Amino acid sequence: MRRPGWMAAGVAWTLFLSAFLFSFGAAQAAWQPTKPVEFVIPAGTGGGADLMARFMSAMIQKNKLAPVNFLVVNKSGGAGAEGFLHVKSQKGNPHVIIITLSNLFTTPIATGVPFNWKDLTPISMMALDYFVLWVNTESPYKTAPEYIAAVKAKSGTFKMAGTGAKQEDQIITVQMEQNFGLKFIYVPFKGGGTVCANLVGKHVDSTVNNPSECRGHWQAKRVRPLATIDTERIKLPQWDTIPTMKEATGKDMAYNMLRGIFAAPGIPKEAQEYYIGLMKRISETADWKKYITDSALKGQFMTGPAYVKWLGEAEALHRDLMTKAGLIKK
Amino acid sequence: MWESLSDLAFGLSVALTIPNLIAGAGGVIAGTVIGVIPALGPTQGAALFLPIIFKVPPETGLIFLSGLYMGAIYGGSATSILFNIPGTPMAVASAFDGYPMALKGEAPRALAGSAVSAFVAGTVCIVMFTFFARPLAEYALTWGPPEYFSVLILAYGALAGLGGGSVLKAIMATLAGLIFTTVGIDIVTGTPRVTFGLVPLLAGIKFLVVVVGAFGVGELLRAGEENIMVKGAVMARVSWRDVAGAVREMAGYWKTFLRSTITGFWIGVLPGTGATPASFVGYGLAKRFSKNPEKFGKGDLEGVVAPESAAASAEVGSLLPLVTLGIPGSPTAAVILGALMIWGLQPGPLLMKDHPEVVWGFIASMYVAAVLSVVLNLFFIPLWTQILRIPFTVQVPLIMLLCFIGGYTENNTLPTMWMVLLFGLVGFLFKKLNYPLAPMVVGVVLGEDTETAFRQSLIISQGDFSIFLARPTSLVLLLGALALFLYPVVKSYQERRARFG
Repeated sequence: MRRPGWMAAGVAWTLFLSAFLFSFGAAQAAWQPTKPVEFVIPAGTGGGADLMARFMSAMIQKNKLAPVNFLVVNKSGGAGAEGFLHVKSQKGNPHVIIITLSNLFTTPIATGVPFNWKDLTPISMMALDYFVLWVNTESPYKTAPEYIAAVKAKSGTFKMAGTGAKQEDQIITVQMEQNFGLKFIYVPFKGGGTVCANLVGKHVDSTVNNPSECRGHWQAKRVRPLATIDTERIKLPQWDTIPTMKEATGKDMAYNMLRGIFAAPGIPKEAQEYYIGLMKRISETADWKKYITDSALKGQFMTGPAYVKWLGEAEALHRDLMTKAGLIKK
Repeated sequence: MWESLSDLAFGLSVALTIPNLIAGAGGVIAGTVIGVIPALGPTQGAALFLPIIFKVPPETGLIFLSGLYMGAIYGGSATSILFNIPGTPMAVASAFDGYPMALKGEAPRALAGSAVSAFVAGTVCIVMFTFFARPLAEYALTWGPPEYFSVLILAYGALAGLGGGSVLKAIMATLAGLIFTTVGIDIVTGTPRVTFGLVPLLAGIKFLVVVVGAFGVGELLRAGEENIMVKGAVMARVSWRDVAGAVREMAGYWKTFLRSTITGFWIGVLPGTGATPASFVGYGLAKRFSKNPEKFGKGDLEGVVAPESAAASAEVGSLLPLVTLGIPGSPTAAVILGALMIWGLQPGPLLMKDHPEVVWGFIASMYVAAVLSVVLNLFFIPLWTQILRIPFTVQVPLIMLLCFIGGYTENNTLPTMWMVLLFGLVGFLFKKLNYPLAPMVVGVVLGEDTETAFRQSLIISQGDFSIFLARPTSLVLLLGALALFLYPVVKSYQERRARFG
């Protein structure tokens, strides 16, 4: 019974060699994650970024887009600073990615946390969030100019509600104030859903909610959209009836919020390319397209140098707006 | 109204299929286990199972989530009662009387009381949900920041004197709790406060960390020092007669029960509050209105019934604004909102009209989950009591481990684990120096919301304090709070007069 030993050894050797060659070949062809990927959300459970990341993770599993699972982890502390700093500290670890919102720019500017988007490896832009100016249906204002004129007439008495302080909603409020020479009382709330509910309950006069946060109330005819804060209309049925700021008031005013993906700094080029390919495949699924339409997002996939250029411009824009508004940490 | 009933019958026909029942039972068991682990509550549980839930039809997924929801409420109370270590923050108040009961060897009675009150309260609230969802949601919308502030002040009023003993020490403990909540990024100005430039403190001090630390680790440290091995929860033989007795006894507490259910439900319906404050208010009110408040905290079944029924009511209530308005009333509701959206359903005023099958299927699945949960959990009681058989030397490291896992999962960062240890020492010191822990935790739980509502109100009124008195609802709530604050003073005066003639 000892005889076939050499044969077994031969088989083992062949297997070993072919495995070696195969893995070598595979490594040449493409990098793949070898253990579950940590998918960081720099925001709490239930928010827009959280829902999107959980949806993406479910899509990856359902459509078998990756050999491993993507484990969603919330690190919401310090307006997302905690999540960003965590990914920044994972230098060279290809098994960590993060979804970002505008807090990618606003949090470091407002709090002075030692972090910049350049500290991460950019993967792709998944979508952009629209913003819409809303008033209560029972208010007398049918158009944006009517509302703006009313705010101007009684400067500093109209209440604008938004999510958080020194974040996108307040930036848009400041943008409006500067463009039209207005003064609002800005009232910060914890989440977009609460903001819209306070508009319905008439505790505030207007909001700049994302479409999805106010959609239900709009369909129930409790709130009225006055203008889309963008250079073009929202290309979705029903939403395309809302005029842009320029159409409504003659003044160009635009703000979009990034829903982007980043990886840890210093990861291999192949890993970066792998994630870019994966995100592209996600963005091409029918489920994703339906999700984008249902959430009334601007479905825009962008990667490579174009994405980096967009990020640079967006950062400059935020710095500029926040400087003008006096929202920068000194 | 009758339309609701036929819709509900339709919903039940969806919920009562074999696969859905299995999903519901699976949810209850998963929820109970998750609830038992400190700091892992229904929110994390629901989030954990989301990816799996998407692979099944929405009705099956929702019934699983409902089961998880109900199971977690119960599981959290079990550790609260047996070890004085709350599995979920909403179970903190259940330990006040539940643990002393366990020390007396009445653990099965306390567990049965907790399960049954959660079941009955949950069911009553689901019925309220069925018939009054829409008008209640509409009314909740009329509450702005001033009303929130006033109702929170009312909550402090209900809780004054919670710890018993020195009033001064209770006030100091509450203030310590309030100070802890100021750490982190201030929501009104977006500026970091009291962080001493330390990045981990930017995230603030989460009340989960305080609860797990002060109650969990603190309790273990004290147990270690006092060599509680001799004293620990007495192993009681489980007899079904005890359980049945506790169930019968419940009928006598119907007033407490009604009070807890109504206040709990309403606190739950208000977006952004949730079950933890509700459970404290339920306990506080029960003690306030009791003929012999001194029996509270010494192992009285009423002290378990009150917070349990309030917490269960609030958990059901928090689903109401979610379904009717698309605003999650609690973090768990937020995760369920995510599930609904991923199934392509838009929660909001029109969900009931456009997708009655989902809404009524959901409501029906809550009924089914409530029944499954009480049945399974009553059977779990012997199992839980068996845990007490594990030698103390094995229990302590296990519980300690669970506390730290809980601390870690709160933010998935290492510094929160250190905070758990730190608050363990704080809890230990509080006990050594005879300061009550409960008011401190109440301060941490309610502090942030109170401050935010207060400042939002003043921003709206531009610094004018009359906003709290000019709005009728707010005024009534503040007067109620005043009455609650003055009640102990008046009472002690009367007592003194009675004593000294």
